[in-house]
Amino acid sequence: MTLSGEFETQCYERTGLTLARSPVLLNEMTHIPLLLTTLAYLLSLGSYLRFLYTGREFTGRLGTLLLALGVVAHYFALMGRARGLHTVPYHDLYGSMSLFGWLLAVIYLALELYHRQRSVGAFVLPFILVFFLAAHLAPADRLAPPPAHGLAFVFHVTLSILAYAAFALSFVFSLIFLAEARLLRNRTLGTVVWRLPSLELLDRMSQSSVLIGVVSITIGTVLGFVWVDRLTGQYSFYDSKYVITLFVLLLYIVYFWLARSAAWRGTRASKLCIFNFVIVVLSFTVVNLYISHSHRYF
Amino acid sequence: MASGMEIVLVGLNHRTAPVEVRERVSFTTEQAQRAAEELRARGILEETLVLSTCNRSEVYGVPPESSHECAPGLSSFLSEFHSVRPDVLRGSLYHHYDRDAVRHLFRVSAGLDSMLLGEAEILGQVREAYRFAHEHGATGPVLNRLFQGALEVGKRVRTETELGTRPMSVASAGVKLAERIFGKLHERSALVLGAGAISEQVVEQLRSRGIAHLFVMNRSRERAESLAQRFGGKVVPWGEWETALNGPDVVVASISAEEPVLQRELLARAMATRGNRALLLMDLGLPRNIEAAAADLYNVYIYNVDDLTDIVQQNRNARESEIPRAEAVVEEHVAKFLSWQASVELVGLVEELRSKLRSERGAFLSSRLETMNHLAAADIRRIESLMDDLLEKLLLQPAERLRGERELRRKIQSVEALRDLFLHDKEKS
Repeated sequence: MTLSGEFETQCYERTGLTLARSPVLLNEMTHIPLLLTTLAYLLSLGSYLRFLYTGREFTGRLGTLLLALGVVAHYFALMGRARGLHTVPYHDLYGSMSLFGWLLAVIYLALELYHRQRSVGAFVLPFILVFFLAAHLAPADRLAPPPAHGLAFVFHVTLSILAYAAFALSFVFSLIFLAEARLLRNRTLGTVVWRLPSLELLDRMSQSSVLIGVVSITIGTVLGFVWVDRLTGQYSFYDSKYVITLFVLLLYIVYFWLARSAAWRGTRASKLCIFNFVIVVLSFTVVNLYISHSHRYF
Repeated sequence: MASGMEIVLVGLNHRTAPVEVRERVSFTTEQAQRAAEELRARGILEETLVLSTCNRSEVYGVPPESSHECAPGLSSFLSEFHSVRPDVLRGSLYHHYDRDAVRHLFRVSAGLDSMLLGEAEILGQVREAYRFAHEHGATGPVLNRLFQGALEVGKRVRTETELGTRPMSVASAGVKLAERIFGKLHERSALVLGAGAISEQVVEQLRSRGIAHLFVMNRSRERAESLAQRFGGKVVPWGEWETALNGPDVVVASISAEEPVLQRELLARAMATRGNRALLLMDLGLPRNIEAAAADLYNVYIYNVDDLTDIVQQNRNARESEIPRAEAVVEEHVAKFLSWQASVELVGLVEELRSKLRSERGAFLSSRLETMNHLAAADIRRIESLMDDLLEKLLLQPAERLRGERELRRKIQSVEALRDLFLHDKEKS
């Protein structure tokens, strides 16, 4: 048996969990929140787009309100499903992706209120919607889930997903920054540029979300080690996921440091932020699905 | 329309009068107060408000009688008050009544009647004029409602349309661009090359947007010091480029020079010294003061006078495209105001009708009862009571509908026609 195989066996023996629960589609329990969430996010996206196009303050506020409603409905969708499966929301791929979308929405909403800036909502909402809908449409999971027990595990997973959501947000801000900077440098200002946040604010928003991500992933990773230690008695268990997570953490710390220096602030920092997120996506997909033995969804 | 509800407006503005005339009939705050008091004391107007800005002088009022009859008196008053011959004002004054006066004020408040389309200052000036008149007791229910509506229109137009959001001059476009890059300018610094009229406009805009530090560089130190002194800046000696370009986030160049004074090489060195911190260069000189090749330097944004003029033109087009939306807001509020005005009048009309019917009932009963001596006093009281009940029943439904249904009030185009129809005899008498 491979090391990872031993790890899984130990996990299941300790928790008494031998098989994944059947990924029952709990339509009855999640149907209404699902529809409400989709509707609220779609309407919010429509309002944000209209705000970007017309500049009407009312439509921007409506977008925020609908996003907040979507967040509440999304929460009930997650909780309804978790209750139905008698487990945590991130028990499987569905929950993991859906939680990612929810945390993305929560962080964006917090940043929007903090920075008093609504014009990027139209760019963030599609990501939230895609993750929410993709999660719902994802195929049923046939693999055994990890033993999802204990507070350390709960916080480990939640904080890790929160960090990835924050990094995704900084990626969106960096993309907008590069596009706006390009338009400004080429002197091809259209209507939209006047409504977007200033480059300086986009830079700050990106740094704010990276800060959230770095703090979350640091605490989340430490809690992950604590959980493994409690579960297996092995503190220094090796997995490729650890390596890439530490690498991601290092990359974002470097970004955070460089983005505050005059020479890197702006375009270069934004490019680095985009590169970092590519590594995050690799960690989330290739590493989780094909290389790591202890992580699949986060 | 009933007396005490009509609105009259007499005034002139930048479209109808040259500055030589406008300056002669403008009102200081004290003059506005005195004019309002005199107009009411002489019985020309019951409610008065004077709106005086650099582009317009307007008197709004509610006359005791017909608004059309009061207008000539108002024109004469203006001419007398400012000691201007009537023939000087004759071609410049405009008169608006009721619906047109309401629409005019709402358009003024929205910035649709301004010299610079959508300018923001006018709303503050309308608010201030109203506050002043209200505090001095010059306004009453009609003008209070009218000016509250005007302020609401101004606010709505500015939040719901983009009529006033975009810069309309080269200087303000440049400063707005700086805000696109650097956000708020409170912690930023600017270097102005040149001390001419264009530089002054830009400096004024930068100061109004809260730029933290201002440096002026000019061949003539004396002129540089004069500009710096007026706007709280510092002078940098001409030619000290390394020092001058190290600090600022924005550089505005507007000097007369045959060759660009800011060459690419010089700027490349400056960018290296400043650690490639972002730099916005506004080249407002002709010939250009900044070498165009510098545009490829990292974190450098260059805009020349043509680029900024293009932005202003785009913004002007964008503002003009917002006019229909702003006009729609104006019309909505004009209808709302007229509906309120009609409701007040119609309720008054119903009261008058009730009074007339009661009086008719009294006369009718008196004449009929003369031939019915067999009726006891209690019977007569009973008949009077029944007839009163009937009258109330007949009036109740229309009165309630007039109070509650805005659409119905809108349909009733002329309250005067109704008054003529039902109260004709009374008015004749």
